[in-house]
Amino acid sequence: MPSPIFWLFALIMLFGAAAVVLLPNPVASAMSMVASFVGLAGLFVGLNAYFAGIIQILVYTGAIMVLFVFIIMLLDLNSDKKRTPKMAPMFAGLGIVIAFTIQLVGVISATPNEKLTELDLPAAAEKFEKGSQIAKNLSANSLPDVHLIGQSLFTQYNLPLQILGALLLVATVGVVVLSKKQVQ
Amino acid sequence: MHLLANLPTASLNQYLLVAGLLFAIGLTGVVLRRNIIIVFMCLELMLSAANLTLIAFSRFHLDGKGLPDVHGQMLVFFVITVAAAEVAVGLAIIVALYRSRQTIHTDELTTLKG
Amino acid sequence: MNPAWYLLLLPLLVAAVNYLLFSKQHSIASLISTASAVVTFGLAFSLLASNAQPEPYRWISVGSWHLEIGITLDKLSTGMMIVVTGVGMLVHIFSLAYMKDDEAKARFFTGLSLFMFSMTGIVLANNFIMTFIFWELVGLSSYLLIGHWYQKDSAADASKKAFLTNRIGDFGFMIGILLLWNITDTFTFGEMKLPAGLETGVLVAALLCIFCGAVGKSAQLPLHVWLPDAMEGPTPVSALIHAATMVAAGVYMLFRVQVSLGADCFANDAGMVISWIGGITSLVAALMATQQDDIKRILAYSTLSQLGYMVMTVGLTAGDAGMFHLFTHAWFKALLFLGSGAVIYACHHEQDIWKMGGLLKKMPITGLTFFLGYAALIAVPYVTSGFWSKEEILSAAYHHNQALFWIAVLVAFLTTFYMTRLFVVAFLGKTKSENADHAHEVGPLMFVPLVVLAVMALFSATKLGAFDLAKTLSAIRPEAHGHPSIVLIASIATLVLGLLAGFGLYAGKTKDPLSFALFRERFYIDRLYDNFIVKYLQDAFAAIVHFFDELFINGLLVGGISRGAQGIGLLIRRMQSGNLQTYAAFLGLGVLLVIYLVVF
Repeated sequence: MPSPIFWLFALIMLFGAAAVVLLPNPVASAMSMVASFVGLAGLFVGLNAYFAGIIQILVYTGAIMVLFVFIIMLLDLNSDKKRTPKMAPMFAGLGIVIAFTIQLVGVISATPNEKLTELDLPAAAEKFEKGSQIAKNLSANSLPDVHLIGQSLFTQYNLPLQILGALLLVATVGVVVLSKKQVQ
Repeated sequence: MHLLANLPTASLNQYLLVAGLLFAIGLTGVVLRRNIIIVFMCLELMLSAANLTLIAFSRFHLDGKGLPDVHGQMLVFFVITVAAAEVAVGLAIIVALYRSRQTIHTDELTTLKG
Repeated sequence: MNPAWYLLLLPLLVAAVNYLLFSKQHSIASLISTASAVVTFGLAFSLLASNAQPEPYRWISVGSWHLEIGITLDKLSTGMMIVVTGVGMLVHIFSLAYMKDDEAKARFFTGLSLFMFSMTGIVLANNFIMTFIFWELVGLSSYLLIGHWYQKDSAADASKKAFLTNRIGDFGFMIGILLLWNITDTFTFGEMKLPAGLETGVLVAALLCIFCGAVGKSAQLPLHVWLPDAMEGPTPVSALIHAATMVAAGVYMLFRVQVSLGADCFANDAGMVISWIGGITSLVAALMATQQDDIKRILAYSTLSQLGYMVMTVGLTAGDAGMFHLFTHAWFKALLFLGSGAVIYACHHEQDIWKMGGLLKKMPITGLTFFLGYAALIAVPYVTSGFWSKEEILSAAYHHNQALFWIAVLVAFLTTFYMTRLFVVAFLGKTKSENADHAHEVGPLMFVPLVVLAVMALFSATKLGAFDLAKTLSAIRPEAHGHPSIVLIASIATLVLGLLAGFGLYAGKTKDPLSFALFRERFYIDRLYDNFIVKYLQDAFAAIVHFFDELFINGLLVGGISRGAQGIGLLIRRMQSGNLQTYAAFLGLGVLLVIYLVVF
């Protein structure tokens, strides 16, 4: 995606994230988290990962952040009371993060850069079965990433998919059990 | 649109840098904030940073057919799903914790102190 | 392997076998030990007059310097071996009967075998370091045997006293060995030679330090205090160790030095100090003996006195006279001790001479053999071996130092006096107690050794024409030369006077008419040592050592390590803060570290 648009979405994402960390009010934090995720979804779409971008909005912001806001409301949290923060742990934590950032910059500057290659969709169409939906979309110069993901998910990643289903079931049951009020 | 089409595109390293910064910000939140729910949210930020990295690699390293590598996006799919489950269970735990301790401030939740 | 090695190692083997396998089978252990004593005597006999030097065994090598365990076979060592193994064999046989009812017979015979090994080592040693090693071993055997009845406090104390007093002497001994090494550049006896132009002072210092070892081992003043107390051990032990062999080791070692360095090595201040210490010891011991009531104590002081004679002659550069007296003295002193052992056994372990009496009639063989030993000790002229060796001593003293000659004559008088006292009170007259009444002659296992020793007491110095028993047994015998007649006159005079005094004062008495507290209390020397040296020196040392122990070992090492571990534990414990953020921070730190190590 063109650079300015990239930077636009990147900055939305980063500022939103910074706001999450810095704002004292939990609800404000949650809202800025939503904004951050929207920026992230934009970046996904810019990388031709349309499915991932949509899922990000639907699941992350739509479900997860809503859950967070529900819980904040349930617990009736106010802003963090003014407590004198202990300096030493704070500096230690900041130090760790700064060291991490320096390492990050160092690693990235050491790796070779790659430029974005344009996708040649019609040429890729020949690699697929004639007449399948994917080939049709590719010849029409649009990337059918949902189809591609679906094809891979239900053939190659079938077992993990089933396990994931079981996982979600277990999580649901667990949440119900954990949230039951204790019988006094 | 011609104007936009001739702009330089972002390179892989820029995407990685942005993802890294997002991760760093999430880490700051985890280490510095005392409210356990905020800590949890920052944890999600870190997971999202990993997602961004995966998608970037998937787009920049094309597979044999000239299309973006689908495996990266597969992994992102799984990560998002598991993150959802994790958030659900984690928040349930926090609710139970609040019910018994009446606090969500991490400095007061130190029964494991050795 | 050269038979000499068997001579050295067989007793050690027997001691090990007894200790490891037969410590509960007493009869077997005792028989094995006795058999080995007989075998070693045979071996020693066969090695008489042999001069083959077996190849020494290289034990420790440091660069070009070697520590050897080697054997010297020459007239001196083979003759001494006859004494050691002969007396040893007879003592073993005697012990079979004397220790018959003892509960720890196996341990006793193990100790005896260990002693035989150590003593053989001293006699056969070919270098000073080996001598020192076996010197200490002999001290150890003596400790074990004196303390054989360790359940008795007095025995345990006595064995400790013996060992400690010996150690003091050995300290000086070691310094002397090192000084001598510095002078002569070797430890081996055969290779020692005094370099030309040697400062007399250095030689004197070395010899005096070596003499310290003899002072300890042969119980000269001031380290004589252990020998009377050593009588706490069983009588066969006293006979073997503290009369005939171990205490003679000091004299033997001094004579070995004289042989190695040349006869004139003692013709200086060292010799004078040595001879005066020997002379004073013999006088003081003889005085102390006149007032003792325990039969073994009297004999112990007599041994001290005779050892003083030997040391005196070595100091007067007439060492061969001293060795000759060692030879004859070994036989008759062992005889006297074993005889007293038989007497003690017969009187149901009664040791006070004032509770004996009339034993000559009750125990004729023992009494007769004891009489012969007594005669040899008081040097009855011409018929006893003791006479010939004493003559040599007196004439050597006369030639070199007139003052010591008269002291020696006085000692001869006192010897006759107290031995007559002993014999008259214990063997003649009426029985003075129940135990003596019930005494009867001892069994053959006991009196046969007594008879053999009595024969040696009479004839060990006999020279009939060309046959010289002493020379045949390769003992050292001074060359025959005319003795000044004053020596003969003096010895006969002292003999007669002593006999008269002894008989006159003690015949028919039931308690001692003379009473000199100074002599009876042994010049208060023991008490002096106990009250001053032990209390102030030893306790002060113990306090210092205790302080260092508390400070360094307890405080620093043991306490330090435990406190250090505690401290580190407390430090690491702070990681477990229970705080979520802390754990997360540590996690982050770990990740940082991993990234750093992997990437950079």
